[in-house]
Amino acid sequence: MFAFIVSRLFQALPVMFTVSLISFAMFAYVGDPVAIMLGQDYTEAQRAALIQDLGLDQPFFVQFFAFLGNAIQGEFGLSYRLARPVSDLILERAPATLELSFTAAFLALAVGVPMGVYTGLYRESWLSRFFLTISLIGVSLPTFLIGILLILFFAVILGILPSFGRGDTVMLGWWSTGFLTTSGLKALILPSITLGLFQMTLIMRLVRAEMLEVLRTDYIKFARARGLSNRAVHFGHALKNTLVPVITITGLQLGAIIAFAIVTETVFQWPGMGLLFIQAVSNADIPIMAAYLMMIALLFVIINLVVDLLYYLVDPRLRGSLSGSAR
Amino acid sequence: MPLLEVRNLRVEFPTRRGILTAVDDVSFSIDEGEVLGVVGESGAGKSITGTAIIRLIEPPGRIAGGEVLLSGRRIDNLAAEDMRHVRGKQIGAIFQDPLTTLNPLYSIGRQLAETMQAHLGLSDRDARARAIKWLEDVGIPGAAQRIDAYPHQFSGGMRQRVVIALALCAEPKLVIADEPTTALDVSIQAQVIALLKRLCREHGTSIMLVTHDMGVIAETADRVAVMYAGRIAEIGPVRDVVKGARHPYTEGLMGSIPSLAHKVERLRQIDGSMPRLTDIPRGCAFNPRCTKVFDRCLIERPDLMATDGASRAACWLYAGPKEARDAA
Repeated sequence: MFAFIVSRLFQALPVMFTVSLISFAMFAYVGDPVAIMLGQDYTEAQRAALIQDLGLDQPFFVQFFAFLGNAIQGEFGLSYRLARPVSDLILERAPATLELSFTAAFLALAVGVPMGVYTGLYRESWLSRFFLTISLIGVSLPTFLIGILLILFFAVILGILPSFGRGDTVMLGWWSTGFLTTSGLKALILPSITLGLFQMTLIMRLVRAEMLEVLRTDYIKFARARGLSNRAVHFGHALKNTLVPVITITGLQLGAIIAFAIVTETVFQWPGMGLLFIQAVSNADIPIMAAYLMMIALLFVIINLVVDLLYYLVDPRLRGSLSGSAR
Repeated sequence: MPLLEVRNLRVEFPTRRGILTAVDDVSFSIDEGEVLGVVGESGAGKSITGTAIIRLIEPPGRIAGGEVLLSGRRIDNLAAEDMRHVRGKQIGAIFQDPLTTLNPLYSIGRQLAETMQAHLGLSDRDARARAIKWLEDVGIPGAAQRIDAYPHQFSGGMRQRVVIALALCAEPKLVIADEPTTALDVSIQAQVIALLKRLCREHGTSIMLVTHDMGVIAETADRVAVMYAGRIAEIGPVRDVVKGARHPYTEGLMGSIPSLAHKVERLRQIDGSMPRLTDIPRGCAFNPRCTKVFDRCLIERPDLMATDGASRAACWLYAGPKEARDAA
């Protein structure tokens, strides 16, 4: 098991290396940092001094390895616009995005899986048809529209939920959480629904399709022939067999939720990393973009590792190579 | 009183081209401790009959008529929850392909234990002890060590042994074995059949053995039912049906079994093929292929009737003088 994790981490190295190369290339090819930093009025001497100061006169690969060395230590330089360390900015914003993303993912799973099981089991019931119709809306309506509609209804017309921001937060060490205050929790509701709705309908449709597939198998028929209760057949035997694809998709979607919370964060002015990123893009704030890119890549690597470990937990056939099964 | 009695069973599948009758007016019974073989070509309705008895026909298929009685009690109209207690506890089932009948994600010990606990109310520890006992009984070497192994860690033959243990572990009175050896290696088939037979004899369990392997039937069954196009063509003691078939279809079926004892130039075969269930000919379903066909076969459908032998056959050849008079 340990060997497996280590080998997976080694496989992740080339991925991270490539992503860092691309991130770094942005510095060289997207805009001119010197011009951005110096502003309108500067002398040639100032310019030359800054270039030397920043090490921009060094060869590409020397610069790249300096960048890589710093990145490994979590050091991504200063934001051009805010003139603060990028790592500080990201750490400040990360809790907001992570809390929002995990709440959205939890909602998506907690609602999507039972709905998927239900629609798979009772294909013909009107409630299943209703769920499927709703899911079509969730899949096809763009996130920003859902967010705006929710704001219109719950914040403007009913006035029961806030339309923007995180509400009050409490600091736990460096982590700012909105889970511990009423206004923080209320502020979380609309954005997390907006962010999770697409994933929820996706998971529901996936679980439904997998359930339909699994319910046709011989081992389900045999489980029924053995006289097991419906509960044991549906949730023990059938649902567990749908889990491998569901874990795969959920993992990837969790990555996507965190990486692409941008739209939702913009709509709700959620002070997270997505908002930071979109502001960085509009200002060509390359250090932030580079750091964000690498962080998201790292996130996907970690999620993939966790997904692989979950496979091993769920499916004994995949454990064979690890434990050396007797035949 | 027979253990299982099937009366005029009819199973229908609605299709786009109208209703398809997969099992048509089938009646038979199985006594306690008896082995009834059910043979026929693919699509003759053998498996559907077995599946209908335990009420696991996939919708939209449905039982359209008839009665199924177990120990004199009707089970075809039981509530779903009551039927669940019949399955496994009263009637066990063995399916064709052991590679797909076991849930790949649970250890065989767990699958055995959950089956017994669903019906016998055992504690976890007792269930586990009994599961080991069952694995030993079906001849899994090192049962105590392998109880926590998963299905993929067993060969096909071993998995079918596990399936047999699963079918018998709640001590049912009847086992419906649907082609239990078809998916297995020829060298394993005889072992698995012998095992099934021995265990059922020890526990006094009756078997409904569905197969298209006449060799298995001849060795295993007490009585045999031959099915053709959803109906029983002939039913009787196995020796009589195999050695002295009365129905022309059975005769053809037996004639097409290769024999080592007699040197025959070419294997005999029945000309033509079984009609599709959507267009069964008028009269006797076998009439287009029958070598002894006569006028009445083309008009009227025969029911099972007594013959000059020990078996009963659905064939007008054996219509008595009275029946012949009625028809005239």
